[in-house]
Amino acid sequence: MSTSTSATRVPAVEARQLIKTYGDVYALNGMDITVEPGTVFGLLGPNGAGKSSTVKILTTLARPDSGSATVAGHDVLRHPDRVRRAIGVVAQNSGADPVATGRENLQLQGRLYGLGRTDLARRVTELLDRFRLADAADRPVKGYSGGMRRRLDVALGLVHRPEVLFLDEPTTGLDPETRAAMWDEIGRLAGEDGLTVLLTTHYLEEADRLAERIAIVDRGRVVVAGTPDSLKGELRGDAVHVELRGAVGEAGRTLLRGALGGLPGVHEVLVDGRRVSVRADQGAAAMPALLAALERAGVGVATATVARPSLDDVYLRYAGRRYSEAEAEAEGAEDLVLAATGGAR
Amino acid sequence: MSTAVAQTWYMTQRQLMVFVRQPAYAVITLIQPVIWLFLFGSLFKKVIELGGFGTTSYLDYLVPGVVVMSALSSNLWAGMGTLDEIQRGTLDRFLTTPVSRAALMNGNVVNNGLVTALQSVVIVLLGLLGGADCPGGVGGIAVLVVASVLLGTIFGALSNALGMLVRERESIIGINTFLLLPLTFLSSAFMAPSQMPDWMRHVADLNPLNWAMVAGRSAMSGNPDWGDVALRGGGLLALAVAAVWLSIRTFRSYQRSV
Repeated sequence: MSTSTSATRVPAVEARQLIKTYGDVYALNGMDITVEPGTVFGLLGPNGAGKSSTVKILTTLARPDSGSATVAGHDVLRHPDRVRRAIGVVAQNSGADPVATGRENLQLQGRLYGLGRTDLARRVTELLDRFRLADAADRPVKGYSGGMRRRLDVALGLVHRPEVLFLDEPTTGLDPETRAAMWDEIGRLAGEDGLTVLLTTHYLEEADRLAERIAIVDRGRVVVAGTPDSLKGELRGDAVHVELRGAVGEAGRTLLRGALGGLPGVHEVLVDGRRVSVRADQGAAAMPALLAALERAGVGVATATVARPSLDDVYLRYAGRRYSEAEAEAEGAEDLVLAATGGAR
Repeated sequence: MSTAVAQTWYMTQRQLMVFVRQPAYAVITLIQPVIWLFLFGSLFKKVIELGGFGTTSYLDYLVPGVVVMSALSSNLWAGMGTLDEIQRGTLDRFLTTPVSRAALMNGNVVNNGLVTALQSVVIVLLGLLGGADCPGGVGGIAVLVVASVLLGTIFGALSNALGMLVRERESIIGINTFLLLPLTFLSSAFMAPSQMPDWMRHVADLNPLNWAMVAGRSAMSGNPDWGDVALRGGGLLALAVAAVWLSIRTFRSYQRSV
């Protein structure tokens, strides 16, 4: 079946106009994604942008208010059981049983998919080896480190050899070293026979490094999608970020846009509070003229930096705000959603 | 069908493991009723003199009371386990697998039933050891255990449903403290029905805890009223089936709210 799927290139995941509300809060507001089979697809956005809601719908856990979605060719609303057989899910909290051992957790998971005794035993040993858990296999999971738990979570999602693997924030809460190791492991997954991976992350670096295609999500919808390189490539030249000594008002903003936008080799001026971001053909060359223009406009400069385009700049361009600010705002939105759904989610 | 049965068994095993591998938890489940047995046994020893208990030893009367009260109190906490599983992400993990929803819930039911049965048998054995008399013999004790398991199932399933719906520890704690003592004392658990005020006796007739109480005590007595036992037992069974059905349905509203 997987061969016919790839031959006709039915998308591994396809979501159309998903809408999901919690009370008055729109968690998803017209989410569209298409994931080609055998690829790693990254859903990138700040907390509360709608990544987890999307994953919950695609993994049959939640139902959308409207819209449709198929996973591995099956409709998530009409045939949730077929979808469940085809997918592996590694949620933010995968909830391995702390009292059971790593091996027991994997065995139970395999049994739920109806794996036979010998096949299951072989598969469990294989996964324990592959995720470097063989030594800890027969110890209760409550004694595992954060990194070991995360590796067990991924192994749990792979027991039944799924067609599509969902990784929801796979490295959140891990220290940098463990995160790097996790990245290597996820990178290897992509090489696996035909496995499609849908990854959500709020780390720009993670999406950049792991995903072949990225969709940037903001406020419940995709704002732009493409390969990391094409997204960055669409941004011409360098990014120049200037931090002002004080915030400028509406009038100052217009004035600055005019003053800076007219300089040679400068495009796309964004003024946001104390931060001014400019795209320039040659960042370093444009800097003196920029600083002079700012001085003429009567605003003091605290810092100024030049950088090659990053996904942060992509985000800034398409979502119209900085990633870190979206994150901070999302914290507030998250609280609203929590209040609307009555607490612990 | 056989898949659902196998899956129920996997889920039961998983839960029993928690009971077996956490001895402290097992010991508390078993020790608390023992405390009730000896505390109430000593405190209310003399009430037997009021008459109407159908026996001359208060301990004879008390053993089924403590069995049923303990069945209620331990099962009322079932929702806490479900809440833990929700917060840990375990429930969501299972819900994204093809496992039958009924098996997920029935694993809880079977596990709680087995623990309740064990707890009930231990209380009865300790009672007998302490000198309680049981004219109804093993058959009578079996009826008491089954009635306790059914009672536990009703409140365990409701507690699970509540855990899924409200997802707050405080609500479960609040409802449990609110229910446990009124349900226990609005019954013949500690006091002979003939010594109860009229209105209270009528209320007790509607109390499922009292049904388990009456069925168990009658079966354990020298001359059981089997018609009465069947009637109360049937009532408990019907409620248990309804409560489990309701708790399985609750998955749907849980999935709507995630």
